[in-house]
Order: sequence, then C-alpha cells, then structure tokens
Amino acid sequence: MYNFEFEKPTTVADAVAALGGDDAQALGGGQTLIPTLKQRLNQPGKLVSLTGISEMNGVSVDGGVVTVGAATCHADVEAGAGAYPALAALAGQIGDPAVRNRGTVGGSLANNDPAACYPSAALGSGATIVTNTREIAADDYFQGMFSTALEEGEIITAVKFPIPDCASYQKFLQPASRFALTGVFVAKYGDNVRVAVTGASEEGVFRWAEAEAALSANFAPEAIDGLSVSADGMVGDIHGTPAYRAHLVGVMTKRAVAAAH
Amino acid sequence: MFNSAIGKDFDYREEFMTQVSMTVNGQAASGDVEGRTLLSTFLRETLGLTGAHVGCDTSQCGACVVHVDGKAVKSCTMLAQEAAGATVDTIEGQANADGSLNVIQQAFQDHHGLQCGFCTPGMVMSAAALLKENPKPTEAEVRHYLEGNLCRCTGYHNIVKAIMAASGQDAEAIAAE
Amino acid sequence: MPKDHGIGAAPKRREDLRFLTGTGNYTDDINLAGQAYVYFLRADVAHAKINGMNMDAAAAMPGVVRIFTGADFEGVGGLPCGWQIHSKDGSPMHEPPHPVIAQGKIRYVGEIVAAIVADSLEQARDAAEAIELDLEELPAVVDMKAALADGSALVHDEVPNNRVYDWGFVEENAAATDEAIKNAAHVTTLELVNNRLVANPMEPRVAIGDYTRHNDESTLYTTSQNPHVIRLLMGAFVLGIPEHKLRVIAPDVGGGFGTKIFHYAEEAFVTFASKQINRAIKWTSSRSEAFISDAQGRDHVTKIELALDADNNFTAVRTHTLANMGAYLSTFSTSVPTYLHGTLMAGNYKTPLVYINVEAVFTNTVPVDAYRGAGRPEATYQLERVIDKAARELGVDPIELRRQNFITEFPYATPVALEYDTGDYDATMTKLEEIADLSGFAARRAESEKNGKLRGLGVNCYIEACGIAPSNVAGALGARAGLYESATVRVNATGGVVVMTGAHSHGQGHETSFPQVISEMIGIDESQVEIVHGDTGRGAMGMGTYGSRSIAVGGAAMVRATEKIINKAKKIAAHLLEASDSDIELKDGTFSVAGTDKSIAWGDVCLTAYVPHNYPLEDLEPGLEETAFYDPANFTFPSGAYACEVEVDPDTGEVSVQRFAAADDFGNIINPMIVDGQVHGGIAQGIGQALRENTVYDENGQLLSASYMDYAMPRADDVPFYEVDHSCQTPCTHNPLGVKGCGEAGAIGSPPAVVNAVIDALQSGGHDVTHIDMPVSPSRVWAAMNG
Ligand SMILES: Cc1cc2nc3c(=O)[nH]c(=O)nc-3n(C[C@H](O)[C@H](O)[C@H](O)COP(=O)(O)OP(=O)(O)OC[C@H]3O[C@@H](n4cnc5c(N)ncnc54)[C@H](O)[C@@H]3O)c2cc1C
Ligand code: FES
Ligand code: FES
Repeated sequence: MYNFEFEKPTTVADAVAALGGDDAQALGGGQTLIPTLKQRLNQPGKLVSLTGISEMNGVSVDGGVVTVGAATCHADVEAGAGAYPALAALAGQIGDPAVRNRGTVGGSLANNDPAACYPSAALGSGATIVTNTREIAADDYFQGMFSTALEEGEIITAVKFPIPDCASYQKFLQPASRFALTGVFVAKYGDNVRVAVTGASEEGVFRWAEAEAALSANFAPEAIDGLSVSADGMVGDIHGTPAYRAHLVGVMTKRAVAAAH
Repeated sequence: MFNSAIGKDFDYREEFMTQVSMTVNGQAASGDVEGRTLLSTFLRETLGLTGAHVGCDTSQCGACVVHVDGKAVKSCTMLAQEAAGATVDTIEGQANADGSLNVIQQAFQDHHGLQCGFCTPGMVMSAAALLKENPKPTEAEVRHYLEGNLCRCTGYHNIVKAIMAASGQDAEAIAAE
Repeated sequence: MPKDHGIGAAPKRREDLRFLTGTGNYTDDINLAGQAYVYFLRADVAHAKINGMNMDAAAAMPGVVRIFTGADFEGVGGLPCGWQIHSKDGSPMHEPPHPVIAQGKIRYVGEIVAAIVADSLEQARDAAEAIELDLEELPAVVDMKAALADGSALVHDEVPNNRVYDWGFVEENAAATDEAIKNAAHVTTLELVNNRLVANPMEPRVAIGDYTRHNDESTLYTTSQNPHVIRLLMGAFVLGIPEHKLRVIAPDVGGGFGTKIFHYAEEAFVTFASKQINRAIKWTSSRSEAFISDAQGRDHVTKIELALDADNNFTAVRTHTLANMGAYLSTFSTSVPTYLHGTLMAGNYKTPLVYINVEAVFTNTVPVDAYRGAGRPEATYQLERVIDKAARELGVDPIELRRQNFITEFPYATPVALEYDTGDYDATMTKLEEIADLSGFAARRAESEKNGKLRGLGVNCYIEACGIAPSNVAGALGARAGLYESATVRVNATGGVVVMTGAHSHGQGHETSFPQVISEMIGIDESQVEIVHGDTGRGAMGMGTYGSRSIAVGGAAMVRATEKIINKAKKIAAHLLEASDSDIELKDGTFSVAGTDKSIAWGDVCLTAYVPHNYPLEDLEPGLEETAFYDPANFTFPSGAYACEVEVDPDTGEVSVQRFAAADDFGNIINPMIVDGQVHGGIAQGIGQALRENTVYDENGQLLSASYMDYAMPRADDVPFYEVDHSCQTPCTHNPLGVKGCGEAGAIGSPPAVVNAVIDALQSGGHDVTHIDMPVSPSRVWAAMNG
C-alpha cells in the first residue's frame, strides 16, 4: 500500500469537508477498498472513514420505506431490515460474516461492482440513493460497471428502499469469490414488477424489461417460460460463458418469482 | 533511529505516523502506526501477537479473523486506526484464566480440528462468533458460517464436528469418527 | 477395546496446544534484529528478452540497501533438477539452466527480474516501481500441442520443439501392447485433461536469510517440508556453501502438499544476499505472489486406451500423455509424469500389458512439480475413468468389472516394474459397499429425483506407491538424491527420550504419533518422548516429508535406532542384574531377567549409562544415543476403494457432493485419529480438483486464476461429512512397522469418484454425456447437457 493520511469525522459535514482536499477518498467498510490498495491500484492521499458518523448508521422504517444509513454494515441490515425480508436476506448473502460486519451499503453502491448484490436490490426496488447534496433515483444512478452518477467528493448518506408486496433475491455463486455469477432481484409493487440482474452483463446491473412486462401481467414462474436474454453483452470468463450466464438469468428469475414473499 | 547491527540510521517514514490505542485481550495496548498500517500488522508486528495469520491479500481466507468490539472481522482488511479505542480480542486471549483451553479450543483438540494450525486462529475466532450468535447451530449453519475461512488440511470434517461439539451437541452422532 | 497409548491409540495432539493459543512459531512470526526486506520485481509478461534495465532512480530511493539482478548471479549455480529422465531413444532430457534471477530472458509471468532490498518492504516496493525495464516481447508458448509443433516459439532456444523428453515405459511392452489392442474384443478410448492446480497451503512461503560474520555461517529460515534437502541442494548446487556452514530451519510450517518440497529461488536469494550485505533479509510471499511463484501441480493431457477380451478381462492399457513442465524444471518435476505416474498404470488390475508414453513440454508458465499425490492421481484418474467408461459401453456393472480384473495374489509383479507386496482389493471394495450404503443408493436417487435433481454414484479403486525406494534402484532410474531417512534417538540420563528425525511435520502430527511408537517399544509414557525436527543444526541428515513417507521411512529409521538403544540398554541391564543379555526382557519400561523376579527400571539403566560407576566399561561405551539410516527395500502400496454420490441441478448444472466414502488399506495404523484427518483433507482436495479448482492462462501466458477471487478453493459448505474406514489392513511386509502411508490417498482416490458420479447422474437423466473435463463446473455441466 502507498501511505496515506487517515481521518475519522463524526458528521457528514466534516466528512464532506475532509473529502474536499486533493486526492482524498471515502472509506466505508474497506472490504473492497483495502484489498485494492494492497495491490497498489489506487493512491489516495487521505482516507476519510465514514463509519464514525452516527447519522449515516442504522436502519429505520417509515411509511412503507426502509431507509438504510450508507455506513450501515451488511450484518446490521440483515438484522434490522425485517420490514423488507428480501433486502435483509440479500444482505445476509454478501461475502461472509466477517465481511458483513464491516462492508457497508454505501460502499457497495458507490463501487458498483458488476457482480455485487446490493445494486440489484437498489435497482430492483426502485430505491433512492441519498447523497450529501441530492437524491438520485436508482434508474439514473447505475451507469455501467464500476460507474455511477456520483460526482467527485459526493458521498452516499442513505438509501431509501420502498417496501414491495413481495420480493426475492436469488444468487448463483461464482465459486471462487462468492460474488454473484448471476443474481436476480425481483420485487412486486402492485401491478408493477421490477426485475434487476447482477453479475451477468458487461454493463453491470440491468433491468430485464421483457420479464418485468410478463411478470406484471402474470406474477408466476411460468410467465418466464419462453423468455430469454441474449448472450450478447453477457460476461464470459473462466467461470461461465455468456450463453451460460444468459441462461442463468432466466433460471434465477423464475426462482425469485417462486420464492418471493 | 541508529541501528548498530547495520551501522546506520533506519529511514522510517515518519509521514502520517500517529499513536493508536486500543484494548487488546483486556489490556491497554498502543503503538505508532502509519495511515496504511493494517490491524493485522499492528497486532503481529507492533504487539508481537502473531496468532492472527495472514494467508491472502484479497480478504478471503479468514486466517486473520479477530473480534473488534465483539464482532468477527478480518484484521487484514481493517486499518489499525479504524480500531482506535476499540476492544480487540485475538486467539491469544481465548484460553481460560488458568491457561487451560476454552471450550472451543478444547473441542478443536479433542476432535482433531486442526492439522498445520495455520487457519486455526481464524477458525476458532469465527467459531466463537458463531456460537455467540447461534448457540446450537446445525451442521449446515456451521458450514455456511465458515464461508470466509479456508482450511487446506482438514477437509473441514473435524472442524465442523469440533464446533458442533463445542456447542454441546453430540458430534459423534452427527458424523462418525 | 481401543488402546490408550502406544501404536494404534489416538492420543490428542500435543502440538495443538500451541496452535490453538496463537503461540505457534511459523517462519513469518520470526523477526531478526536489523533485518532488511526484499521485494521481488516479477515479470508481468510471459516471454521477453531483457535488453536493459535502468535502476539509477530506484537505487537512490529512501531505504534502499541494494538492488540485485541476474548479473549478480552470474557464476552462481542455477536451481537443480533432482531427477534425470532418458527419452525412448536413450538421450538424456533437456535440462536448461534455471537461474535464481532471470538472465537476459523472461520465461513466465512471475519470474524474478530484480530483487530490491530495503529497510522496509514498502520502501522496496516503492523502489521496484522506479525500475525501468527495456523488454522485447516474444510470442508466448502456452498450449502444449502448439508448443511441440514445428516452428513454435521456443521457451529455451536450445530445446527443440520445447520437448524436454519423450519417455516410453516399458519400452519392451510397446509392440505387444499395440498388438493386444489391435486384437481386442473391445477397446475403450478416452481423452482427458488433468487440470493444473495450485497447491495453496494456507501459509504462504517465507524465507529469511541470516549471515553471521563472526563464524561465517549462513542460516536460512524457510517454509520447507525438507530442510536437509534444501541445505544439500542450495549449499552444494547453487551457492557453494559447505553444509557445515549452512543451517536450514523450517519451524512450524502451515501446510505443504508438495509445493514446499522444492528448492526455490527466493531461498537461495536471501541466503546469498544476506552475506553480501551482512544483514538478515526477510521475504514473505503474498498470496498473489504465491499464485505466480509456487510450483503448480498436475497439468497432463492424456489419451488412454483400455483393451478387453470377449469376457471383459483387461488385456492391455496404452496411454499417451503430454505433461506440462512450465518454463523451467523444478526440483522433482521430471519424475512426476514418469516414475511416479507410469509405474502406477497397472492400478489394482492384472492387465498383462501396459505401455506409457509421456512427452514433457516447456511452456511460458509457472514451473509444475509434485502436488499431493504427484503422478499417482493422474494415473488413477485416467485408469478409473476409462474403466468406468468401458463398463458403460459394455453395459456391465462398474464394480463387477473391476472385481473381475483385480489382482488377487501377492506379491505381484506388474508389467510396469513394480512389485506389490500385499493388498486385498476385494476386501476394501466390500467394506466400501458397506460404509457407503450402496444398497440404499436407489432409494436416495428416487428421493433426489422427486426434488427435481439428478443423482449419480461414482465408484473407483486406487493404488499408490509411497516412500519411494530403494535408493539404488531410484538412482539407476535417474534420481539424484538418496531416499532413506535418518533418526537419532537420544536417551537422557533420567530416562527421557529425544528423537531427531529427518522427517518434517507441517500438519501431520509427528510430535504426537512418533512418540507412540517409542512408547510401544520401550514401555515408557509418551510424555517422556520429544520429537525434534525441522532444523539441520539439530538432526543428522534427512530427506523430509513428502510422498507419504514419514512413518513408513522416517518412522522405520526411528524404530531401527530405538532397537539399537534397547540392545545396548539390555547389555547395561544384564550387567546390573548379573545376568546374560540374552535373558533380559524389556516390558512396560522395566528390564527383567527371564524366569526370575530380578528387574530394574528403564530410568535406572539410563542413569547408569551416564553415571557409569557400575558399568562394563571395557565392552561398552557410556551414553545412550544411537542413529540409524533406513533405506526401504521397496515402496509401500496403500490401496482402497472410494464412492461419491452427487446431485446435479438440471437447471443450472450445479453439482453438489452429497456423500463420500473411503475404504482404505494403509496396513498398520499408528494413530487412527490422525489417519482419518489425513484422508479427510485429501478427499477435500480431490473434490476441489474435480469440481472447483483450475489454473487458467490466457494465450499470452497471463494467469487468469491468480487469486482467491478466481481460484475456487473448496469451502466448508462444498463438502459433506466423509465416511472413512481403514479397518482393512494388509501390513506392509518389508518395513518394521508394517505401515504403508496415508498422506496422499484421499487426493489420489477421490477425483475419479466425483467425475464418475457426475456422468452417472447425467446418464440417469437421459443425457448422452460420456466425459466432462475437470473441474466439472456448472457451466461445463450445463454445456454438456445442452450438447
Ligand atoms: C471476501 C469478500 C466477499 C465479498 N462478497 C460479496 C458479495 O457476495 N456480494 C457483494 O455485493 N459484495 C461482496 N463483497 C464486497 C463487500 O460487500 C464490500 O463491503 C462492498 O462492496 C464495499 O463496501 P465497503 O463499505 O467495504 O466499501 P469500501 O471498500 O470502503 O469502499 C468501496 C468504494 O466505495 C467508496 N465509498 C465507500 N462508502 C461510500 C459512501 N458512503 N459514499 C460514497 N463513496 C463511498 C470508497 O471510496 C471506495 O471507492 C465481498 C468482499 C469481500 C472482501
Ligand atoms: S489474511 Fe485476512 S482474509 Fe486472508
Ligand atoms: S489446519 Fe492447515 S489450513 Fe487448516
């Protein structure tokens, strides 16, 4: 690792100020950033830890919306988001217990790894990403792998997830990293069904429009029969071909519909 | 600092050096660290607590697991300064006050849950965290909980058995010797 | 009644106390006063000429002590290869130099290009970034078939077609085997890949060189399975340091699995450079470095043909294998595809004719060498897969086809140069049927099918050869090392025993199991016996631990030395008891005169040996310390039968291992608890190979599976509880303990069981799939099912 300065503010305002300087970078749980720094792929002059900011920590429920502070770790979401069981279950499937005790929602969404779990929940729930300056609809937030609508120095402070009638996240594990080889988040809001797919596409998380239409008309696993996503643009690597990932999108979507509650 | 062994000054980089203090295994501990100093490095090199091992650089193996404020974390994926003021528990502090092995450690010995011992500190600390959360886990729950702890020697059989035995369950009935 | 001490008992492991309390002493736990750190600048291209290097800026950076390059090692020896193979035409293998630091040319991603020594590791790394390399990239040689083709780029200019050797075994069988295959009633052919693996002991390698000027001595602390071998290879072949000036210490070692046998460049570097700068130098491998610098395993591409007569008797086996050596010949690399593989191709079967052809190939990849099983898993996999395929083609039961062809009379001389001393393959198969509850399989399959899953059963046998020996035969076949083991047994004046063994424990529990043997022989408590290993300064000579040899060879040496001790102690006791030594009996730690009530305790005899007041000084030297070297008369031949049951998810192709059973014959057992653990670990590695692990290079020689993000290690929830049994015991006839060795069996026997089970599952679902290469990943299974 290159050396850097470390700062741990206790308010959002102080964090934003600390991030204002040259080459400062936010540190969430460090579960992505620290391994990256070990490879010397990144050279921040200062890391600003967000985990000491109490206003960014915790899960609350209000008016059909679960609001998760961006510095809340995955384990706390798993334990605290009982009002949105599919979200809690997703948090409980990220990494392993030690990773879940550190990694944060904000870090995951800011990083937008194409195989990460949270992006599918945010996009599949039509969540709102709250930052220190604005609110961003999930549909506008994700902009391809590792790329988001965040500006330089902008930090995510919270994420608001509207609670659906029912939902489920189905994750097919990449056997080594245990990220999603393909993961599908399905959520039903009245007549409107959202289907978000992670792990599969070279563009990162995406909504599967055809499935959404079919499921909005008939929320049943059979509604997916006959639908398929194209293998073009799917990730091909040592763990699976594009065709295989395209196939898994269908399988996992069906399973998510069957499991949604 | 002049080092007589080499007859010259060591060029420690003073940049970003800060003192950090925490409570480790019940005792106050402090030392000078850089911004980049990992908790695992602080424990192993500054405090000489070499029980937490470093088996990877991508945060997957779990050989480095310790507890920070009662929760299992990978000490290789946490900065020493992030643990400032925290309570840290490591494998060195697990034995009973009289020096005898605690229930989990004893179960690992009784059931041959370790071979080379390299993964063991992390396994024991993860097991302790599991049993705190879930005092009577099923076999599947134990296996799932160990997702972030790799062992290359034991094939996990005796580790899973040891953890179930430590939880007071009849490990022999669950898996034949 | 299980015994509570001695041979066959299962005392808890004493080494566990330090490992469970975080007080083990692994190499990285050692820090020497004033030590410097080395960072190795490693090649990031697979094949290139080094036209120049500019280190001016780097050398001037803070903390840098010195930067070493290949030029510093001109005139220093290269890393030696320990086994010379001759090709079919009688020519010796190609053996190009293997430099410590690349000299003029880079041959794989990960090869050391420069070594930066600095006060801190981060400073060394900073400086490495300031080194400017002038490289001329060359086309990378990655695929073995392409490497052998005329016109391929050459990894070593002096090795035509990148072919290291073209080995035929047994050459005298060649024509008859061809003839038998031509005339067979049925021939089953299978082409398969034995996937390349990374051994991945959880402790990465570490080396600390420490030169002390006052006595001109070099000490190397290293994560090795065989410190004496490193002392010999490094001292004699690389650095020219006499053994009395070189001490190699391998303290607690966090797993080896073969990859810590070899002598590595980093060890030679820290030893050499420590003397140059007169300061200790430490290197700790990161896991990322391990993936590109630890010798890797397997990587064979094979075509095997099995010929059967009209009654389904095996009449011949013929194979052709390409074996990947990587870019250089690692220490024992050349023996793995030849004598450790070809000799096992008879398996458990009385096939009269077997012929093996192996071409070893250089590629621009990390060197390949022994990994748990080394050659024997490759042999077992081919043979047990092709038998399974034959059974399916012929519509016969795969177990019955095996039984019908089992060797049943011992000793048995195979057509591939081995003599099996004992075995009972029928017994282990019968035991397997019982412990695996094979009769309940149909019901379990029905249950799986109800849940929408396909269920398959795979069964196979294996035989392996442990404790390579004897030295003179191995030498005639090209081995450049001895294959004995030594032990020094030192009895202290108050009766306690210290055993210095050349075997090394890196998880095997020698500190617990070796004392059981001494306890059995002398009748003293195990706590009176201490095992010292892993330090050339404290033990005579040794060959270390690999090839499941510790108890069979190292244990036997200890028995021989202990016998000498007992003989001498009896003479002392006879003197004290005024009897003839032939009348003295030793039982439960007491010497007595047969047929009388005269006796004397072990401790009193020991004390007399060191306080020889009433002592036959004219006939006997004082003291009680003996050394023995044991060179076995033959290999030992563990064998067994394994069964695996898998479920396949037809929607995703995911395979999950539901049950796994292993019935092994290891001969006599010293500590059944430790033996079970060895088998468990081996099975998990075999399941890992079969389903998960793979080492993949792209066409430019870049490693794609270069971290745990992409190299899939088996985890706790990838495996079930295993059912293991070793009650079938045909003791080895030629070593004093009757033991055979158990360290590798699990990894040898398990991959074919898993793959056979997957094929069985798919066929039960109506899929016409006869083979899928390992790792049998979901993506591959799905592709096979969807043709
Ligand atoms: C072994 C392992 C397994 C894992 N498995 C999974 C998995 O299965 N699924 C999955 O989804 N993830 C997985 N992860 C990733 C994990 O979820 C991370 O926690 C997450 O991706 C990043 O969160 P973090 O809080 O650790 O962020 P950091 O690592 O601290 O930061 C990541 C990036 O986000 C930025 N950042 C952090 N917080 C904010 C914020 N509030 N506002 C703006 N920018 C911010 C940082 O500057 C950095 O660029 C795994 C990680 C590990 C080590
Ligand atoms: S060393 Fe911390 S997870 Fe591997
Ligand atoms: S005991 Fe060796 S890695 Fe687990």
